[in-house]
Amino acid sequence: MGNMKLNLKIWRQAGPNDKGQMKDYPVSNVSEDMSFLEMLDVLNDDIVRKGDDPIAFDHDCREGICGSCSLFINGEAHGPGKGITTCQLHMRRFKDGDTIHVEPWRAQAFPVIKDLATNRSAFDRIQAAGGFVSINTSGNLVDGNAVPIPKDDADKAFDAATCIGCGACVATCPNGSAMLFTAAKVSQLSLLPQGKPERKRRALAMVEQMDKEGFGNCSNTGACEIECPKNISLEHIARLNREYLAATVTKE
Amino acid sequence: MITVPAKRTYRLAEVSANIIDQCVAQGVPFARDYGGLLDNRSFGGVQVSRTFYARGQTGQQLLLGAYSALMRQVGKGAVQMYDRHEMLDVVVVDGKARGIIARNLITGEIERHGAHAVLLCTGGYGNVFFLSTNAMGSNVTAAWKAHKRGAYFGNPCYTQIHPTCIPVSGTHQSKLTLMSESLRNDGRIWVPKNIEDAKAIREGKKKGSDIAEGDRDYYLERRYPAFGNLVPRDVASRAAKERCDAGFGVNKTGEAVYLDFSAAIERYGKLEANVKKIENPSKEKIIELGRAVVSEKYGNLFDMYENIVGENPYDHAMKIYPAVHYTMGGLWVDYNLQTTVPGLFCLGEANFSDHGANRLGASALMQGLADGYFVIPYTVGDYLADDIRTGPIDTKRPEFDAAEKEQKDRINHFLNNKGTKPVDDFHRRLGKVMWDKCGMARNAQGLQEAITEIRQIREEFYRDVRVPGKNSEFNQELEKAGRVADFLELGELMCMDALNRNESCGGHFREEYAETDGPQQGEAKRDDANYAYVAAWEWTGDAGKANLHKEALVFDEVKLTQRSYK
Repeated sequence: MGNMKLNLKIWRQAGPNDKGQMKDYPVSNVSEDMSFLEMLDVLNDDIVRKGDDPIAFDHDCREGICGSCSLFINGEAHGPGKGITTCQLHMRRFKDGDTIHVEPWRAQAFPVIKDLATNRSAFDRIQAAGGFVSINTSGNLVDGNAVPIPKDDADKAFDAATCIGCGACVATCPNGSAMLFTAAKVSQLSLLPQGKPERKRRALAMVEQMDKEGFGNCSNTGACEIECPKNISLEHIARLNREYLAATVTKE
Repeated sequence: MITVPAKRTYRLAEVSANIIDQCVAQGVPFARDYGGLLDNRSFGGVQVSRTFYARGQTGQQLLLGAYSALMRQVGKGAVQMYDRHEMLDVVVVDGKARGIIARNLITGEIERHGAHAVLLCTGGYGNVFFLSTNAMGSNVTAAWKAHKRGAYFGNPCYTQIHPTCIPVSGTHQSKLTLMSESLRNDGRIWVPKNIEDAKAIREGKKKGSDIAEGDRDYYLERRYPAFGNLVPRDVASRAAKERCDAGFGVNKTGEAVYLDFSAAIERYGKLEANVKKIENPSKEKIIELGRAVVSEKYGNLFDMYENIVGENPYDHAMKIYPAVHYTMGGLWVDYNLQTTVPGLFCLGEANFSDHGANRLGASALMQGLADGYFVIPYTVGDYLADDIRTGPIDTKRPEFDAAEKEQKDRINHFLNNKGTKPVDDFHRRLGKVMWDKCGMARNAQGLQEAITEIRQIREEFYRDVRVPGKNSEFNQELEKAGRVADFLELGELMCMDALNRNESCGGHFREEYAETDGPQQGEAKRDDANYAYVAAWEWTGDAGKANLHKEALVFDEVKLTQRSYK
């Protein structure tokens, strides 16, 4: 164990209907090698031994790929540092004696489950509305090399495909908009020949679902791009807008 | 005669080519070459470039492809998803799997789900070691409960330890991070030749870059000239352990080796200088150009490393150490992926099939996708055909009552237990026993000790675990308690299996069974005459009293030989 001392202010909320409040948790023996979540593990261990209720937070892979962890730390989605998720944030970014505010994602479409854990199933429903290519596993397939894909297109599609659906874009957006998430999914598939046949239907359906879920509108503040742990570019929002416009204009 | 395991693997090879086509069609952005065709690269255990990939996150992209295909079915209403639910038991009626008991993780409600068939796609059990590269939520509970309801458990001791992970930094460690195996394509693994140098590095008096080229021991290239840094994972892991145990480790704990990209940076830099028509480039220019190439290939991994370790891997060689990554063992299944309980199927890492004692790079993805996309759609239909007139399954039957009560009783025990220690405390202790005595190297004495220690931890766990809160809420400690209880039984079975197998093969290395001389000295020594079988364990009501069934491995067309990586 290390010797950093920190003053944590953590959001506690018993359930979706509870009002919730910030509570103080002083912690000591924090090592700079710990990840932020490991620091919370140490705190929770202590809380359980004292017989209290540990702090609930979502996490799973702890290597930045599952999109579960979702803490708003000192006013930033996934805390300080660029291109990382909360689980990839390490305590060496903080100093002995720091006060750290820890809150859940705050957005109308992401209700709190408990403490720092939120329900992000709205993203599932956006995906289900059109974030796919309509093919079955019938074995009736064409060779993956039958349609050559220019490397540039494949690379751009890949950049969009790195979205892990964590919701940092929504949490950080002053409007609670899910445009960066939706744009990443639409962009990935509309750049690849396999996704092109359904592009109009996809853009319309996913945007419609996004609005239905209660996400706000995009006003181009660009905050999402800055906080995205996968550095997904605003260009994808521009592409979604073009896809959506084209689909609307040519709708039958 | 062709035995079932061989037939299954043959089928996997047959359908594997479809996987890439299927995933391309789903919109998975595989790497493409400039000609627009799919690109390939090399991987551990092979000497040719034949692996399709998506930068350093192939598995993640294949998963997202499968997720999008699933969400399409959810959108259509063909599949109903129960996220944030955990399966707690299988319900068996008249010898057939007829449903499950599940807990809604948000409300705590215990639910009954009736079914004509149950498919487990619940992943591996590497987290029995506490520290592994698995996600924190990965657990054995669904598979273990199926085992306790009659499904045999195949080869539980076969565990893959991956060589390229970030070393443990302290006791707070919650999981280990895998650095993609693709790094071994360009990185060279070494430790100092002189033990004094290793000691100086551990004490912080020297750095890796202070060690002259001639004083470095590229031990994989030395021991395995044909495969070099691309030997299979088990071989690379054991070689790292061997050097570190001998005192050549290069971090504070003595459990780390270098993965060095300086040679690759220089090589790529020279090529790039040629491409850019730079004549007589300076050493600095070469390194600058080479770093740009390496950054393009592995930039995200290098960034990840720097975040975790706090050291720039372009300036200092990376430090790595093996960590638990994959479990080849799992529920025994037949050719149709059906367990020994009719109607209960098991797919992917959760089953034992296809990889034997040692899985090669990329083939977990291959097996998981083949099982799900191309095998089960046909085999489950064959089973369901006989149940076409069965009608809905009645979840009010006494079998459901009994299974539900059992789970509720267990939950109540945990919540009402007036213990003193959190769940993780027991999990960490179990993990340490498993890692020390049933990990990269095992021996009979250690395994016997491990069994005794696991029983003690298990007994203490039920007596002294503290689970706060109540059932009717989002209670992550309660979730963990149930999972660790199952790991505490599984761990014992793994040790029993490792103790039973008096040979070394793949990921299972028994120190007593190594080649003592000849060109393969120190390598794993199999005993094909006595152990060419799958060990399928049957639960008999008590951990530690499982019955062993043997499924023979018969080879007609090929003969069993020792593979040499020298």
